This record gives sequence, structure tokens and C-alpha cells, in this order.
Amino acid sequence: MSRQLRPAHIRLRDLVKVSGSALRSRPTRVVLAALGIAIGIAAMIGVVGISNSGRADFDRKLAKLGTNLLTVKSGSNIFGKAASMPDEAPQMISRIAPVTDVSAIGMVPDVAVYRNDRIPLERSGGIGTYAVDLDLMKTVSATLAKGQWLTKATENFPTVVLGTTTAESLGIDRVGADVQVRVGNAWFTVIGILNMAPLAPSLDSGVMIGWPVAKSLLKFDGHPTSIFTRIQEESVTAVKDVLAATANPMAANEVEVSRPSDALRAKEAADDSFTGLLLGVGAVALVVGGVGVANTMVISVLERRGEIGLRRSLGATRGHIRLQFLMESFLLAMIGGIGGVIIGIAATTGYAAARAWPVSVPMWATAGGLLATLFVGVIAGLYPAGRASRLSPTEALATP
Amino acid sequence: MTALIVLENVRKEYDGVVALRDASLTIEEGEFVTIVGPSGSGKSTLLQLVGTLDRPSSGTVTIDGYNIATLTDRELSALRAQRIGFVFQQFHLAPGVSALENVSEGMLYQGIDPARRRKLAATALERVGLGHRLDHRPHELSGGERQRVAVARATAGSPTILLADEPTGNLDSRSGDDVMSLLDDLHKEGTTVIVITHDPDVAASAPRQINIKDGEVAA
Repeated sequence: MSRQLRPAHIRLRDLVKVSGSALRSRPTRVVLAALGIAIGIAAMIGVVGISNSGRADFDRKLAKLGTNLLTVKSGSNIFGKAASMPDEAPQMISRIAPVTDVSAIGMVPDVAVYRNDRIPLERSGGIGTYAVDLDLMKTVSATLAKGQWLTKATENFPTVVLGTTTAESLGIDRVGADVQVRVGNAWFTVIGILNMAPLAPSLDSGVMIGWPVAKSLLKFDGHPTSIFTRIQEESVTAVKDVLAATANPMAANEVEVSRPSDALRAKEAADDSFTGLLLGVGAVALVVGGVGVANTMVISVLERRGEIGLRRSLGATRGHIRLQFLMESFLLAMIGGIGGVIIGIAATTGYAAARAWPVSVPMWATAGGLLATLFVGVIAGLYPAGRASRLSPTEALATP
Repeated sequence: MTALIVLENVRKEYDGVVALRDASLTIEEGEFVTIVGPSGSGKSTLLQLVGTLDRPSSGTVTIDGYNIATLTDRELSALRAQRIGFVFQQFHLAPGVSALENVSEGMLYQGIDPARRRKLAATALERVGLGHRLDHRPHELSGGERQRVAVARATAGSPTILLADEPTGNLDSRSGDDVMSLLDDLHKEGTTVIVITHDPDVAASAPRQINIKDGEVAA
């Protein structure tokens, strides 16, 4: 007779149910084994989520500041001496069609700033004095912390606006007629204090005065040293190429053109190396978690020899047994993986909320985390499942 | 009647120790047979060979027309799934799972769909007198009831052969009698029943007894 003996196909639903009920009967062990995986995944999701949320926050801030600002700075000439730009440079730049705003500042050389006149002259503290255009604040998206900005009236008189770092180092936290600082040999009244200006960091550690008063009181020569320009977004690159030659046609090489938003981005990107390191730590935790799952499964197989024997007697093939234990290991890891994703997202949300960042956990991190779990679960289950399947039915049944 | 189980000159050794020597016997379809012998006599080995859980060292074992030495592990598994039901001394019920689930899972490897499995399981449990205990878990049942659940599991899928290894070994005599009369009922319904026991009283309840001693069958 040639009757075919073919083992039954086990439905996925049945397989999940059998493996799931085995896990349910040992909840403590499942939680502890899954915890290892969960910690690894949570660490990875958390690291990616937090750094991503930070970047989202950075992008939001940068968008507010605008990325269409180019800074033209007088550099040094071929002899290494400080160069200066022609007085007409701002006007010439403003004639480039896509340029929307131009603001020049001129560093007033050899002028020190003091809180009062009792401090020895040598201790200048590195505070720069800048003669500035009235529209500077708008051009570099700076904001006032206190007081007010220079006006057409005040730019002619000894009034000064402090950068945030300057205000801090001078110990000034208010404005008014009685708040004065010594700039060079003259007393200036503090009328305003700026917030941090990320696109023009030199302003943070400087003091800003009107162009006319700089000339009249501090013998300023009137040469601009930096020119901030706003350009229509789509033309930024094109304008960047011609800016140096426009600012100083005689010596374009003495002019440095930079895009401050790029510098900020580069600095932000530099933080990524740290993220990579933390991600590695998370991966190690995941591997350790996988070893924990493998260990749990090996013990489970040893304990359940009787069950394995029974299943073989009921007609389970080696393949059925292997699949059952693989599924169990897989589910165990998945419980950890899903728990880890939830913990990771919760940690990211908490951290981002504390810093008023937008929460952003990339899909690829979640998907990658679960994929890694799947991988770990199957790898961790291979050995125990193989062992279970190789157990002979008689040997398995012999153990009580 | 046709020969369902045929052993011819079967020998089984474990690492040089002979557990069964030159055993030959034939069991017809529909028989109720007890295999009796003291512990260590080789009767469990005999059951494992008949149950296709193991292969002989020499000689041939033919179950339902299949020479088990020629079958692969997968084919043997399928044979067990479709034709053979086992009842063990230690019941081997899954803890924390209801009687109905235990019986239903016994048919997992027969490829029966879940809904039908549950229906067959309920019927089998009613037949062993546990229709009112479907949702009880093993620890909520007495020893006799547990063994009846195990019998239900072994028979729910309508196997041709029912093999019981010391089914009354862990039971008091009353529960033991209940289980034996249950097996007798199954035999009357047409199942071939083989019971292994060391207890002569239990052995006497079957029309045919096979005595085994020191690995030798004394028909």
C-alpha cells in the first residue's frame, strides 16, 4: 500500500497561541528576560529620539533666524595685517538685485569698555565696540532682552546697547539714565541689552553704538568691518560667489564671506558622534538582552522535556517542536522590543517636554528597533529550539 | 480481522544493555490487550516501539501496514498524529490550561481546525464523564479526573490504537477501575487498546494478556 504519511501544517494562529500560553504560565521569567531586550531597545530609541528632537528644535530655531544671511567680513591682507573694506561697500552690495537687507558694523579699534573709570586700562576684558547701522537688529534677527535699540536720535549721543555676554561680564542687568559704562574715554548710557544673537555671535561680546557718535567721540575712521546681508532664499549661493568682489573690488581676497547658519549646522552635526557612541551602548545592551533570552529559553527547554515528549507522542515533528520554541523566543524578544519602544518614546517625550523641544522619534528608529528585536529573538532561539527538537521522544518522556 | 501491530524478532538495546530480545507478537485490529510484567522487564520499551517513539535495534515492527524502520521521523510523527493515542502514568497535562484546551491541543498535530478541535474535545470530555469540568484546570481536578482528561485527549482525534502506559499507576483503586472501564468502553467502540501494567488485577480486566519478563515475551 502506498498511503502517504504527511505531517500536518500548523497554523500560525495555533503556533502563536501555543507559544503564548507557555509564556503566560511563567510571567516573572518572561518579564525579566524581556526587560533585557527592552532596556537595549529603549536606550537606542531614546538616544535617537532625543537627538532627533533636539535637531527638530534646532531646525525650528534656525528657521526662525533664517538661513539666508551672509556675513561679509574684512579679513587680513596677504601680509597678515587687518584689512578694511571701502566705505562704499554696503551701498555696492545693496545694488545686487536679490539682496534685501544690508547692515554694516564697524569695529572701533583700540577702545576698551569698563563698568567704571577705576579699573586699570590694561584690563579691557575683550569687549569689542561696534559702530552699527540702525537696521542691524532686524537684519541679524536679534532681539532685545531689555530697554530699546538705537534710534535716529540716540545714535548721535553717547548711548550704548550691550551684547548679552557683555552685560553679564559687566554685571549689568538693567537699563536707564543712571546705568553708564565707560567706552574709551567717554561715559555712555546703557539704553538696551540684546538677547543672544546666534547669527552674529560677535555682537554677544560687544557693545553697540551709533555710527555718528563713534566718529565724533571715539575718532572712528568709518570703515565697515562686517556687513550682514539678507538675500532672497533661492539666490543665496549665487550672491555668495560675487559678494567678496562687490564688497572690495580692489582686493576681493581680503574679504571673508560666510553663512552663519552653516556654521551652526556644522556645530550641531558635530554632536552626532556622541549619539553614535550612545547608540553603540544601546546595541550592546540589546545583545546582552538577547543572551538573556537565549538563557531563559535553554532553561525552559530543560524544564519542559516532559512537554516535548508529550508533543512528540501526539505527533509533533522535530520541525514543529523547533518552530514552537523559536516562536516562543521570538515572542519573548518582541515583548521586550515593544516594551522598549514604548519606554524609549516615553523617555524622549519626557526629556523633550522638559526642554520645550518638539517630540520627534523617527519611524526608521522604531522600525529598526523592532527589526533588531526580531533578529535577536530568532538568533537567541536557534540553539534552544534546536536542542528541543533533537531530544528523542523516549528520552524526553523518561524525565518526569 | 487484520493484523494491526506485528513485531517480528524484535531486539532493542540501549548502550549494550538488552531491553527486549527476540520479541514477536501480533495484535489484531479491535483487540484489548494488556502487557504485564515487573518493572525493568522491558514492557515500556515494547510500548515505545509499538508507539513508534523508537526504532528497534533489529527485527521489524509493522504498524497499520507500515514498517517503521523505513519511515522518516516526519512520517513517524504523522503516523502517531493520525493513528496512535497515548495515555501516560504522569498524565502530562499542561498546567494552567483548562481541560478543554488540553484535550483540544492534543489534536493540534492532526491538522484539524481550531473550532472543530474544540467541538471534538468537548465531546471526548463528555464521553469520559467530565462534561461538567470543561473549564477546570488540572490542579482543580482529582488524579482520576486528570487521567480521564488524558484519556479524552488521547481519543478525541479517533486514533486506531490507544496505548496506555501504567494508566492506573498514580491512582487509587477506585479511580483506577473507572479509567479501566473507560478503556474497556473505548475497546467496545472499536479502538484497539493496549495497556501496560505491572498490576495483575488490572491485567486481568482485558481478554488477552501478554506476559513479559526479562525482555522476553511469553505469549
